[in-house]
Amino acid sequence: MTGSSDTPLVNILNVEKTFGDGGGFLSTAQPIVKALNNVSLSIEKGDSFCLVGESGCGKSTLARTVIGLNPPSKGEIHYQGTRIDSLSAKERQPFKRKMQMIFQNPYASLNPRMTVAQILEEPLKIHEKGMSKGAIKQKVEEVMVSVGNDPAWGPRYPHEFSGGQRQRISIARALMLDPEFVVADEPISALDVSIQAQVLNVMMDAQEKRNLTYLFITHDLSIVEHFGSKVAVMYLGTVCELADVKDLFDAPRHPYTQALLSAIPKMDGSGVNHIKMSGEVPTAMDLPSGCVFHPRCPYANERCRRDIPTLADNGNTKTACFAVEEGRV
Amino acid sequence: MALLEVKDLEVEFPLGRITLQAIRKVSFSLEKGERLGIVGESGAGKSVAAFSILNLLSRPGRISGGEILFEGDDISKFDDRQMRSIRGNRISMIFQDPMMTLNPVLTVATQMIECLKAHRKISKKEAWDISVSKLKEVMIPSPEERMESYPHELSGGMRQRVVIAMALLTDPEIIIADEPTTALDVTIQAEIMVLMLDLCKSNNVGLILITHDLAVVSQVTERIMVMYAGRVVEEGGTKEVITNPKHPYTRGLLKALPQENTAGSRLNQIRGTMPSLNALPKGCAFNPRCDFATKECHQVVPKLEGRDGHNTACIHLEKIPSFKSELGNQ
Repeated sequence: MTGSSDTPLVNILNVEKTFGDGGGFLSTAQPIVKALNNVSLSIEKGDSFCLVGESGCGKSTLARTVIGLNPPSKGEIHYQGTRIDSLSAKERQPFKRKMQMIFQNPYASLNPRMTVAQILEEPLKIHEKGMSKGAIKQKVEEVMVSVGNDPAWGPRYPHEFSGGQRQRISIARALMLDPEFVVADEPISALDVSIQAQVLNVMMDAQEKRNLTYLFITHDLSIVEHFGSKVAVMYLGTVCELADVKDLFDAPRHPYTQALLSAIPKMDGSGVNHIKMSGEVPTAMDLPSGCVFHPRCPYANERCRRDIPTLADNGNTKTACFAVEEGRV
Repeated sequence: MALLEVKDLEVEFPLGRITLQAIRKVSFSLEKGERLGIVGESGAGKSVAAFSILNLLSRPGRISGGEILFEGDDISKFDDRQMRSIRGNRISMIFQDPMMTLNPVLTVATQMIECLKAHRKISKKEAWDISVSKLKEVMIPSPEERMESYPHELSGGMRQRVVIAMALLTDPEIIIADEPTTALDVTIQAEIMVLMLDLCKSNNVGLILITHDLAVVSQVTERIMVMYAGRVVEEGGTKEVITNPKHPYTRGLLKALPQENTAGSRLNQIRGTMPSLNALPKGCAFNPRCDFATKECHQVVPKLEGRDGHNTACIHLEKIPSFKSELGNQ
């Protein structure tokens, strides 16, 4: 363990990510998509850090940028105080084993031509070159049991398993190298309700036993309330509110968070009673000026249309909103 | 007489040597303007049950027993021509993915007018006017302009609005909606649900809503039907079933959702997975996953019975504590 106690495990500093090159000399113009705009977050050890937002808000892009699947266009990513986004593939190797990822679709993320045992052994063969066959086998069994899988599944292929079982195999794969930090991109949204509970329980058990830190991406806010410790709400590539989960659900401050929370379907018989937002999410190819949320915000004024708000402390939460700052909400 | 009455419906899929029974003895009815929710997990047979009403089963699926009475006529015996006068006209359908429903190479106008002209003898101008008025009803801004749009030019929420407008074109008596908001974001989902609820109420249209989301069902429907492995395991008034579920499966589903004030604790899970249709357990299909199962559960298929319109298919009802006391004990 390096880094002093006050260094966050993962520090994301002013990260921007754009896709497309805008078209160069003699090439057809490609529009530039601004997927992330000046995102800064820090994830402490032991957090279950949740990223929420609607499709296209950049939550998956941010996760992929942190884990190194997309390099950031601007900004820095630090892991325990070391900048990792600028490292070469070889220099990055020791960090890769500490950071693992669970993907959304367990039907696409497991290689259909590899047996479960091969899938789980592969990370060990890459990162633990000297490990004996017996030790590898033992490790595979141990991890399989810890996520509630039958070790006898080893010689079988992914298509023989149901969605929930496959997702538990993906979780086992992510845990093979005893990582410290796991990024989970909508790990349960492809699963049925009763299976969601199983998979979420496995993830919570693993966190407790292994002292994991999660970056958990979801659009399901009731899961965030149950599972998360901190939450960042994203809209159009920007973090609009950042808070402890409890504070956010007790008193959402940002107008977008308020609308998002009010849209969660509830079973208490209160019917549908959500805050209506005008218009639709604009495209990331043509961001609005000023605050990205202003075209849909009931509190927007001249300043919101002109200047870009930054995350600022606001009681228990951090919000990026002039209306909150000026007490207009 | 109920507007739609499904009696002992059986649907099977013959696949070479084996035949899968997707629906077994399913009965339900829908009154004019009533809203019914069908819930269950993937593979429970909820979509098959609803598709069979309109004879939209994919081959080789076929209705092998029972009746589907629409205004007293058994529409399961109708031929293609007779069915066309019902399907998309008096009973219409909304599917999950609006991009798959709409034809990507035709404008909204072409598709809406085509649908109207198939069912009504009217001029193109009249069809255009009706289409625009329906787009207005589903709150699409500047409907005349949107008529000329292709589906890819619309957002997901707008597309689903267009699909709803198309379902309303012929002023149907019943709309069957199969997971209409599953592909949408939560804020859009809320808008579409409010819209569907308002439209059904104001036009007195019956709704059959198929979904896996219990919260959505509880907001929109009056009655609810829970399916498991091809059978109905519980049915009743939505509020009654949600607050006082009796069948162990319904209770399991409700308990698996994150409860209030339990943040950070383990969720209640139903052990195991739904059995596949070619290997259903004997007796009650839920018995391998049920905490209350006894030897008897492996032998008899429980009947759906109960009082005051709240019916449950479980032989151990008296052994099961009330849902509130069980939740309180955790």
